[in-house]
Amino acid sequence: MIRDELEGVWHILLKDLKAYYFKPPNISWGILFPLVLALAFTLRNPAGLADLAPGLIAMAALFGTTSMEAIVITFEKRVGALERLIMAPVSLTTILVGKVLGGAVFGLVIAGVMTLISLLFLNVAITYPILFITVLILTVLAHSALGALVAVSVKEVFEAQTLSNYFRFPMVFLCGVFLPVEAMPVPIQVVAHLLPLTYSVDALRQTVIGNLNQLVVLRDVAALALFLTAFLMLATRLLKKSLE
Amino acid sequence: MNDIITTQSLTKCYDSLVAVDHLSMQVEEGEIFGFLGPNGAGKTTTIRMLVGLTTPTEGSATIKGYDVRKEIINVKRCVGVVPETSNLYNELTVWENLRFMAGMYHVPKNERVNRITSLLKTFGLADRKGAKFGGLSRGLKRRATIAAALIHRPDILFLDEPTSGLDVMSARSLRNFLKDLQETGVTVFLTTHYIEEADQLCDRIAIIVKGQIIAVDTPENLKANVQGTFVIEVAFTSPVEPKNLEELEAYGKVEAKDNTLWIQVTDVSKSLKALTSFADDHGLEVVYMNTLKPSLEDAFVKLTGVESEVMLMEKERRGGSA
Repeated sequence: MIRDELEGVWHILLKDLKAYYFKPPNISWGILFPLVLALAFTLRNPAGLADLAPGLIAMAALFGTTSMEAIVITFEKRVGALERLIMAPVSLTTILVGKVLGGAVFGLVIAGVMTLISLLFLNVAITYPILFITVLILTVLAHSALGALVAVSVKEVFEAQTLSNYFRFPMVFLCGVFLPVEAMPVPIQVVAHLLPLTYSVDALRQTVIGNLNQLVVLRDVAALALFLTAFLMLATRLLKKSLE
Repeated sequence: MNDIITTQSLTKCYDSLVAVDHLSMQVEEGEIFGFLGPNGAGKTTTIRMLVGLTTPTEGSATIKGYDVRKEIINVKRCVGVVPETSNLYNELTVWENLRFMAGMYHVPKNERVNRITSLLKTFGLADRKGAKFGGLSRGLKRRATIAAALIHRPDILFLDEPTSGLDVMSARSLRNFLKDLQETGVTVFLTTHYIEEADQLCDRIAIIVKGQIIAVDTPENLKANVQGTFVIEVAFTSPVEPKNLEELEAYGKVEAKDNTLWIQVTDVSKSLKALTSFADDHGLEVVYMNTLKPSLEDAFVKLTGVESEVMLMEKERRGGSA
């Protein structure tokens, strides 16, 4: 039974990567987006990029996962292709896990390009590479699940984009990408800690720069895992409700 | 024969709208069972409840003994579904689509290539296996969608308006295929708004209106409902207004097109005599006269009060899709 569900996840993942994600326009966007991001900040402030790099990597992961994930699910809902999956003998959770993994792989590619740019051109060195990769994987998974949650909540592709922006842009400014969370007013700090990107940026920064506080990183990893589970459960519940 | 599908007071409500209203029926193993009714009658909603695409509001249903509420994964394993809109993946080739479906339905790996090859051959798609699904014609898309629904060798095949939007040859070839499929033991459950199609294809037909089944029987028995009613087809040398015939006794509904009239009668010999006298009295010559047996369409009209033309017009207005 579990084997059938895992097989379902695998086939949905492969299908989504082939049908949607690994298309030439998406791949070129995946490379261009972090490249332009890095170039823009290099021109603005060439000296402080090493500090900024973890935030930019997290931001690339956020936009890489949510932008495509929300479109893919909403598009499939519109053309009836999601029903094709629902008719298959797998659970709704399996379908959504497959979808989330597709978005996560794409987000990982974009964040990977941003990481490579940081390593090769921005003089960034990763102090704890294994921990960095672990946090990055959790980051793309949690944010891809957020994209899935947004997508199952709406009917139209443009609604998915608009709703995603309500989450994405505040997160960029509140979650420590440009300004440390600790430097913000307390009420904003509270809001920041309700958003997953805060934990991604914090953990990525610690693994890159090296002043590792194990307890804090553990908290960040646990928070990202919690967000992933909660987003996935909520998305499954909403999808189930849509069938009622 | 065993019942392979049973429903008991199956009901689906969308807010205040009752789409399917306490529907109870049994479908026997190995039969071709047709759901015939106008748009909005609840045909598609019934299929959606039976295959797990929507949850019933009330009532119960079983497929091959599995409860659609509690054992939906087992239900999905033994059914294949062909929706009204062909919904495979446009960006994948025909082969890739079938391979994906084989994976989703857990077809053993060592059987996948053989099954896909065989289905492509059966549906005349072997030379298009490398073509993107999105680039296929409507008829070919339909065939590929049916092939995908059969990849796991289901016991029951659900088809929602299978020939909608297809050309005559594709529709005929599909009907022949469904007959052949039945001979392999597969139960076929289809919805259609084509009365002739239901008559030719189905072993039994359920007529559904406003979410309720108003008759279930074989096409022959349904026609027997209008037994005793015949239609006389008569052509005169010049047009005759139908209202001129209403003065004659024994005439029911009269329809006219050009010089030809179709007149519902109960007593054929009396009506034929009356028509001959009518022609003599009005100086008309009869070009030909023919007596027709009651059709399934007559039975449908009598049972539902819905004209078959109305069903087709509604469908065309919505646009057939594949």
